[in-house]
Amino acid sequence: MSNQPILQVRDATKNFGGIMAVNRVSLDVHDGEILGIIGPNGSGKTTLINCVTGFIKMTSGKVLFRGKNITGKPAHKIADMGITRTFQIMRPYYSLPSYKNLVIPLFSPRAKRTGGWRGGGKLGDRNTVGIDILEEIGFERDSFVPYKIASTLPTGYLKRLELARCLALKPNVIFCDEIFSGLSMSEIASMVPLIERLQMDGITLIMIEHRLRELFRVANRVLVLNFGEKVIEGTPEQIMADEKVKEVYFGSEEIEEVMSHA
Amino acid sequence: MENRQRRKERIDRGIKVRAAGLYGIMSLRELCYLTVPRLVLIVGILILPLVMPSMYWQRVISIVCIYSLLALSFDFLAHFVGLVSLGGAFFIGTGGYLAAILNTSFGLPPVLTIPISTVLGAVICTVLLLPCLPLRGVYFAIVTLMYPLVLTRIIEALNVLGGTDGIMGVASFANRWIEQYFVLVMVLVFMFGLRRLVNLDIGLVFRAVKDNDQAVKASGMNITFYKAVAVFIASALGCLGGACLVHIYMWSGISQFALDFSILPIAATVIGGAGTLVGPVLGCFILVPISELLRAFGTLRIVFYSLILVGFIVFRSEGIMVYGQRKYHQFERWVEI
Repeated sequence: MSNQPILQVRDATKNFGGIMAVNRVSLDVHDGEILGIIGPNGSGKTTLINCVTGFIKMTSGKVLFRGKNITGKPAHKIADMGITRTFQIMRPYYSLPSYKNLVIPLFSPRAKRTGGWRGGGKLGDRNTVGIDILEEIGFERDSFVPYKIASTLPTGYLKRLELARCLALKPNVIFCDEIFSGLSMSEIASMVPLIERLQMDGITLIMIEHRLRELFRVANRVLVLNFGEKVIEGTPEQIMADEKVKEVYFGSEEIEEVMSHA
Repeated sequence: MENRQRRKERIDRGIKVRAAGLYGIMSLRELCYLTVPRLVLIVGILILPLVMPSMYWQRVISIVCIYSLLALSFDFLAHFVGLVSLGGAFFIGTGGYLAAILNTSFGLPPVLTIPISTVLGAVICTVLLLPCLPLRGVYFAIVTLMYPLVLTRIIEALNVLGGTDGIMGVASFANRWIEQYFVLVMVLVFMFGLRRLVNLDIGLVFRAVKDNDQAVKASGMNITFYKAVAVFIASALGCLGGACLVHIYMWSGISQFALDFSILPIAATVIGGAGTLVGPVLGCFILVPISELLRAFGTLRIVFYSLILVGFIVFRSEGIMVYGQRKYHQFERWVEI
């Protein structure tokens, strides 16, 4: 990992009419690492992502991508630079088949630059590239699944489809907003290697999670938010040992369980 | 008594499955299954002027086509891009006045005024609608409804563009056959063209903007740009209609900003079947002639017209085309559960 962080957030603050959703949060993300962001419900994790990826405007603060200021740029410009995100509530194009869902990101300016012949690979056919990406992400090519209308897919596939939409852009950074939530244990188990492979491909991942056990397995560093403020930042081991985190998660069974295993 | 529940089960017809993809060209029967509905539509529309009993009804066909263009534009914007447009009158008026000005002031023949006012009118409409495109929700509908009202008042108050009298002496088409076949062919071209467009990759982007604009943004695309392109296409259809209308009536006036042009296409889309593109055209071919037939009732015309509309909405709320497609592709049977 190089010393220059790929993404720097400085004093990010978001104020929803008096409620401090995010309060002076700073973080550095290094190239190729997995950063976990955890915190109880309403602690401002998703708002932080929305601010960084340009979906909502920050009240104050600064975001630097490779040293370049991207604060306040519109969401599509930020995605065009390679900072993509998934949505916590999945947002597929419900009326389209899964592989056609990927034609849209493949049609974007970024994919047209990076993805071979105008985003369509060697043959210029976005449908085939879409199916290729889906196969990478766990939709079997020869099954019916890639051709099914997205509204008929189960949650597990929709979460993968969210990730596939990001991958179609050949991103540098992916913000994963609760990619494990709502999945069964076996679905999570098959998702973890996928995340690890993305990291091996050199993609920087920032993961918001409530499934701490799985997150601690893959994350290099973890950041804890509470009431919009950064509580602590450190390796998973440091987080598990920290008293303040136990306080934040007081009463939550999962963290106790995870910590007792640590 | 036992209370047995039944539900309707719908199953694709065998021939629909057999005719899917490349297999459709394997036998004559499958080929007919695919092409006959389209051929019936095309041939049916093309022979209409020949079977009309009088010049009056031939003129009605031309007007139907202009409403059809508007209905296509409404259906495309509302069901494939997610912008509910009440701007039929705006598009017709812009295209119409442009054509009239180009014809009377610059002396251009209809061959030139129609394409120029189509493109130029679409540019003007798109630019005027640009401010409300980044917004989500009902604003687009409100603004498109506002423009024709505003423009009418401006023309009235400032007495520009002929004021309340309108612009007279616009050239007509060379003869009535050219007039009718031009608008008919335009309807067919744009109907099949739009259907092709919405299945292209850029058409998928339009549909994605309707489905989920946030996800399109997250894919690194400027949704305002794509909305503007869609509005350009839709307003080009409307302006084309307006330009033809002006050359048919040989007159352009503030009645081209009448709300009929905004409302009737929507009604036609509802009874024809939303999101099918063919349905709205059929809807116009039903509604406009009905409205003409009802002229015999004098002032009660609008009452009967509304009754017919209500009837369609209550008994066939999905629309004729959706119903027809379902019956054509699937059979239904009752099963006990």
